[in-house]
Amino acid sequence: MITDILKASVAASAIRLATPYIFASLGETFGQRSGVLNLGVDGIMLLGAFAAYYAVFETGNLVLGLLAALIVGMLLGLAMAFISVTLQAEQGISGIGLYLFGLGLSELLFQKTVVTPTPIDGFPRVNLPILTDLPVLGEIFFHHNLLVYIAFALVPISAFVLNRTTFGLQIRAVGQNPEAADAMGISVARVRYMTVTLGGGFAGLAGASLSIALLNIFQSNLTSGQGFIAVALVYFGAWRPYWVMGGALLFSTVNALQLQVKTIENALGINVPSEFAVMAPYVVTIITLIFASKRVEQPTALTKPFERGES
Amino acid sequence: MPENLLPTGHRRIEQMRMQGIVKKFPGVLAVDHVDFDVKAGEIHALLGENGAGKSTLMKILYGLYHQEEGHIYLNDQSVVIRSPNHAIQHGIGMIHQHFMLVPSLTVAENVALGMKSSRGLILDLEVVSRRIRELSEIYGLQVNPNSPIWQLAVGEQQRVEILRALYRGAALLILDEPTAVLTPQEVDELFRILNQMTADGHALIFISHKLHEVLAISHRITVLRDGKRVYSIPAESATKEMLAQMMVGRPVVLRYDLPPIEPGPALLRLERVSATSDRGDEGLKNISLNVHAGEIVGVAGVSGNGQRELAQVIAGMRSITAGRIWLNNDDVTNHSPAAMNQHGLSHIPEARMTDGVIKNFTVAENFVLQNHGRKPYAWGGLFMNFRSITRQCKTAIKDYEIKTPSHETPIKSLSGGNIQKLVLARELSRQPRVLIAAQPTRGVDIGASEYIHHRLLEERTKGTAILLISEDLDEILALSDRIAVMYEGAIVGEVKRDAADVRTLGLMMAGSKVTV
Repeated sequence: MITDILKASVAASAIRLATPYIFASLGETFGQRSGVLNLGVDGIMLLGAFAAYYAVFETGNLVLGLLAALIVGMLLGLAMAFISVTLQAEQGISGIGLYLFGLGLSELLFQKTVVTPTPIDGFPRVNLPILTDLPVLGEIFFHHNLLVYIAFALVPISAFVLNRTTFGLQIRAVGQNPEAADAMGISVARVRYMTVTLGGGFAGLAGASLSIALLNIFQSNLTSGQGFIAVALVYFGAWRPYWVMGGALLFSTVNALQLQVKTIENALGINVPSEFAVMAPYVVTIITLIFASKRVEQPTALTKPFERGES
Repeated sequence: MPENLLPTGHRRIEQMRMQGIVKKFPGVLAVDHVDFDVKAGEIHALLGENGAGKSTLMKILYGLYHQEEGHIYLNDQSVVIRSPNHAIQHGIGMIHQHFMLVPSLTVAENVALGMKSSRGLILDLEVVSRRIRELSEIYGLQVNPNSPIWQLAVGEQQRVEILRALYRGAALLILDEPTAVLTPQEVDELFRILNQMTADGHALIFISHKLHEVLAISHRITVLRDGKRVYSIPAESATKEMLAQMMVGRPVVLRYDLPPIEPGPALLRLERVSATSDRGDEGLKNISLNVHAGEIVGVAGVSGNGQRELAQVIAGMRSITAGRIWLNNDDVTNHSPAAMNQHGLSHIPEARMTDGVIKNFTVAENFVLQNHGRKPYAWGGLFMNFRSITRQCKTAIKDYEIKTPSHETPIKSLSGGNIQKLVLARELSRQPRVLIAAQPTRGVDIGASEYIHHRLLEERTKGTAILLISEDLDEILALSDRIAVMYEGAIVGEVKRDAADVRTLGLMMAGSKVTV
């Protein structure tokens, strides 16, 4: 009986914790599919998280918080697009720069404004008629805040956009063979600007999901590297939204287990050093990436700036 | 059907005229006051060496570059072509030398790329597929709209390119070196399609440096040299010799006499060699091959049938999964490239810019890449002897007629032909017993090609065993004592020089077993 409740609460918290991963890695999927690797996701998440938190802290308006995160994220995405597409800077390095910028600036702004981590009222859990009251299933699937549902809804939407729309076709073409896309009259720069800006917006929302929906607080380095795991999840999910979601759920499950490691220990009567539990998601990241080799969907032009040949 | 419409329903371009076109790149006048025109129902060939300006001129017509001076007229209307999209709207299509297809996408998706969908933002591949099938019917271009591009043979991919241009309403089609990657049979098929297109009123521009093809397919021929138009002539009054002379600017030898040589012992032997390709499938299947001293063995085949892997396993750059390799009677199976060199092997690699030289190194540094740690280039294997390096390199520059400002110029600023000459100079300076020459004249102008061929023939006379791997059948036929044909990683046949002709080799390149 106790293990049943435990399973249900682990599953429910896994779904909740998957939310920032799903937002961030779906956004990153768009960018990477078009050939831009944005390693600055974590930095964008931090600034998005702060923007959302601060807006809610000052106004109490959750929608405003969400919008603030979205706009800040998109602006940072736009900056990344400018650096990597227009200036053609090395993507890995500029992404790390963007991360450090986000990490530092979010902390600075926090220290200058709020100073001490103060809890706020974030997105409440939604109670759905009938569904929420279902035994076990209700707890696992139908008792979450709005952002959880938005994140999961974005999975099929992203897959549809990538696979079934003209824009999605352009994204895939630009990431696989920008010369061909260019010759067919598609603006490679325009497509990449759009995907990277969109990806930034998603990363901003990922940050907001932490600061105004899941944890309802802001503090220095709130994300603790989740943005980097989100980038890894894109590789893990082979650039496919559903697989990326699968990866996000796998990691969030590890997270959820880690959070409840004491309860589990008590229930099973074993003792795991807490350091191992904290390490677990990162170790799983590395192991899965070793086994996730190159696949067909890998954008061959990933990290390669495009310039019309002069030959 | 009204007079001025094509079978695709699009308007004809009765005449396209480029007048006084000038295009400069930093330091070069790429196109120098060139006039060029083409009419509906005509194939006008544009002939010239690499760097003569043919591709640049056509990229201007297709909106990829913009001219500094000059005008383009379509049906006597002056037009400004700002982008490929704009060119397409004007009914101009281009088949690029390197196909502009996305390998992971299907035929229909590639055709739909960049086009408006009938359902707004949402792709409608059904409509696209139906139209592709209609066009396939009209022009006899068989292709399945749902196949991913990477599964198609090169000839089929080209059909997709042509279909896509027709789909977009091309009335004037630019074909940039369209036969470079095709078997002779595929070339015949392409020519049939091109003839049908001109009969239907399309205007075609055919860019090539293969003289016999230009003579076979075109109505008019224009030769460019160093950015200038040097010659325009109706095809029926042109000959190979005069075209070659126009292209190069001096008389050119198109045939070589191979003095008969009694082949010596087998210096390179492969016995039932198999290897895995980059894609993970069996790139080489059971290859057995001998090359004797004083013999050139040509390896023919369509690109991607294992030639690259063959050169790599012999050079020690790819390990083999079965079989044995001997150099000079020493078993060198799965030895390193350095060990292969020690056994008297020299290798002119196919990927000149990545495997042959280091782009940012100087001419001299590239010249001593392999031997930099040995006498006379280094003292005690540690300290580089720059005086000796400079001296040897200068000699090579002179002997091999390498055009470079100095031995300290970064190699990347040299032309393809001169880089290849340097690679050749370096490889031959080691006095190899066995030489692998992979695509030795690809992207190299006629003058330098001729020079490289003469050097290879000299090596043959010296008693070097030479394996010549080339996709250029003319080159293979001109130089080889024996010809082996590769298809899907296996050698499908071997013919002696006297018994070889383009027809049978072409059939073998397409995978048929032919007994000669």
